Amino acid sequence: MLSSLTRLQRYYLYYTGVFALFVLLLALLERNGMPPRWVGYAFLVFTVTMYATIGVFSRTTDVSEYYVAGRRIPAFFNGMATGADWMSAASFMGLAGTLYLQGFQGLAYVIGWTGGFVLVALLLAPYLRRFGQYTIPDFLCARYGGNTIRLIAVFAAILASFVYVVAQIYGVGVITSRFVSLQFEVGVFVGLAGILVCSFLGGMRAVTWTQVAQYLILIVAYITPVAILSYNVTGVPVPQMVYGQVLEQVTKLEHQLFDAPSELEVRELYRERADLYAQKIMQLPHSLTQERERLSIQINELKSSDVQMREIVALERQRRELPQDPEQARERWEKEMFLAVDRSKPPIHHAEPFPGSSVEERDAQRINFLALIFCLTIGTAALPHVLMRYYTTPTVAQARQSVFWSLLFITILYVTAPAYAVFAKFEVLSNLAGIPIAKLPGWVAAWTKVGLVSIEDINGDGILQFAELALNPDVIVLATPEIAGMPYVVSGLVAAGALAAALSTADGLLLTITSALSHDVYYRVFRPQSSTQFRLVIAKSLLLVVAVFAATVAAQKPGTILSMVAWAFSIAGSAFFPALVLGIFWVRATRAGAIAGMLVGLLLTLYYILRLEFGGYSWLGFDGGRLDPWFHLQSTSAGVFGIAAGFATNIAVSLLTRPSPQAAAFLERIRRPGNQVEGP
Amino acid sequence: MSGISPYWRKTRWLTAWLLVVWVILTFGVSWFARELNEFSFFGFPFGFYFAAQGILLCYLGIIVHYSRRMQALDTEYETEE
Repeated sequence: MLSSLTRLQRYYLYYTGVFALFVLLLALLERNGMPPRWVGYAFLVFTVTMYATIGVFSRTTDVSEYYVAGRRIPAFFNGMATGADWMSAASFMGLAGTLYLQGFQGLAYVIGWTGGFVLVALLLAPYLRRFGQYTIPDFLCARYGGNTIRLIAVFAAILASFVYVVAQIYGVGVITSRFVSLQFEVGVFVGLAGILVCSFLGGMRAVTWTQVAQYLILIVAYITPVAILSYNVTGVPVPQMVYGQVLEQVTKLEHQLFDAPSELEVRELYRERADLYAQKIMQLPHSLTQERERLSIQINELKSSDVQMREIVALERQRRELPQDPEQARERWEKEMFLAVDRSKPPIHHAEPFPGSSVEERDAQRINFLALIFCLTIGTAALPHVLMRYYTTPTVAQARQSVFWSLLFITILYVTAPAYAVFAKFEVLSNLAGIPIAKLPGWVAAWTKVGLVSIEDINGDGILQFAELALNPDVIVLATPEIAGMPYVVSGLVAAGALAAALSTADGLLLTITSALSHDVYYRVFRPQSSTQFRLVIAKSLLLVVAVFAATVAAQKPGTILSMVAWAFSIAGSAFFPALVLGIFWVRATRAGAIAGMLVGLLLTLYYILRLEFGGYSWLGFDGGRLDPWFHLQSTSAGVFGIAAGFATNIAVSLLTRPSPQAAAFLERIRRPGNQVEGP
Repeated sequence: MSGISPYWRKTRWLTAWLLVVWVILTFGVSWFARELNEFSFFGFPFGFYFAAQGILLCYLGIIVHYSRRMQALDTEYETEE
């Protein structure tokens, strides 16, 4: 059987075998008393060493190898690499958690992030491959002509990719600090080293082969814990097949629990708290002084009586931690108020689509669900770091097949994520809700310490109500090994998988940014006469600069970075998708049309996001606070307007301007049959 | 236009109708998820099952079909040109 595989497939089979042996060895060592921290170190060192080895062996000094891996990546492996390139720390850790919190509504991410690959297959990949240059700006420039469009494309590519890469490096910092207890900043720079060993010397070629290796680790790490949990709960280790029954039980439990008197009481208490905060915010700044006085009186009273010092110290700390000024008080209390409002709402039934108490609310949910799918699909089909991968296959036919492999490898993770969410919910509803707080399982305490789980006995009955528990989305995947009572080696495996997901995506993004700068800006615009050797020197140094810069930004722990990633899809979708698709399918699309469409789409998307999230900008002439959402759409779906406006502008301006003379010849070349390809 | 080759005409048709299927699956079926949840499928409510797994399998089907048909079109027309 081994002989029927290609040489590469055999290599990766051996590699997987070695990795499995390594995990087994660690499991044995752990049983014989190796401390968990060492298990974490072993995983970190072992996996990064393997990636580095692949990276060093794939080093290259050839331009085509550096940018497009010499166009020699077979469809199967390109699919695997695209899978790793595509699935980031957010897919690996966040998706299951989002599904846990939002139930059916979270499936918009599953549908959107996979549906986009159909568009890639039908509309983009084969044509990009037949064109056969290096970057997406290359394609737009060849189709429409002129360097203006190249520079706009470079700007949009960097805008969409940079936030994304910072989020990945941030993810690496979180993982290393949690599992091997490195300091966060140190973790970020360890991650930086991990990223650079894969991409610095070998460019796309090295990134591709490490991504394949990273895919294998991340998928094994993702499926193992939930398979074991599924076996414990249902007796079948295939969670994707059997979680339907568990979902049925979850629904039953939800009906029993959600309207229990104690749950209603807790939600009412949260509503009262929200009202209290609302009142305090209304009466600012008076309420802040009042609060301070109240605490001072209490402290003085306590001091005159003979209570323990500990209580006085606690109250004094409370007084010290009061907001400094009304501005800060408003910000902090608003946050508290929204938290309380969230918890006072009746919980969502997991399997129910578009939940809401009235028809209008349900319709708003439905529209947001479909709009989010729309943005994520188009964004997926327009993210440059994914599209670039389809330049690397040997033939056009292989580019088409490789989209199939990509989607298959991605689907394996995406059909597992909802299972994670359902099993976690089952665990919470059947083993946590209604249990005395003193008797909660150990993993709850462990993750409360890290701040990812929080419990508050608001009604003081000593029992945990469902509404009193708050989980951070990331905890679902990370804590599943402990929920199922597995040894620490499984937790280490999950951490290694999350690390692989973050590193592989960061590599792909970094390469996109670097090639946009070195190939499109430096070589194509400024120095077309520079030698190939010098171009590579520029590319490698830029890679280093961008990577260090991204890591420095990530080390600042920018709080909003994770929500900004969702915007990358809207940005990429509205900038690239109309120009690419019209460019391929409509001969009349002109340079002016494409430029106008890209600018209008991009600016409208940015405007909607910024106005909705941050309110007015007096220096730009926008005042009057935050924008009211158009059609109830959240800022993550900003691309709906940007993409529509981009198409409309592109078409309108194209019809008004004269057809480009070179368009017909260009399209004739990329639309002809067979596998002959363009190329340098 | 006179310059449209039969290969490109067929490619366009194939692309267009697969896109229609894709739109119906993605936006049409999802629109009715509440109603579809009335049916049960292997223990799943069908609306939930379709969004979580069924639609992904359909997507794979679309891509496989496209890839096969295009391969056939390529071999059919490559020699003629």
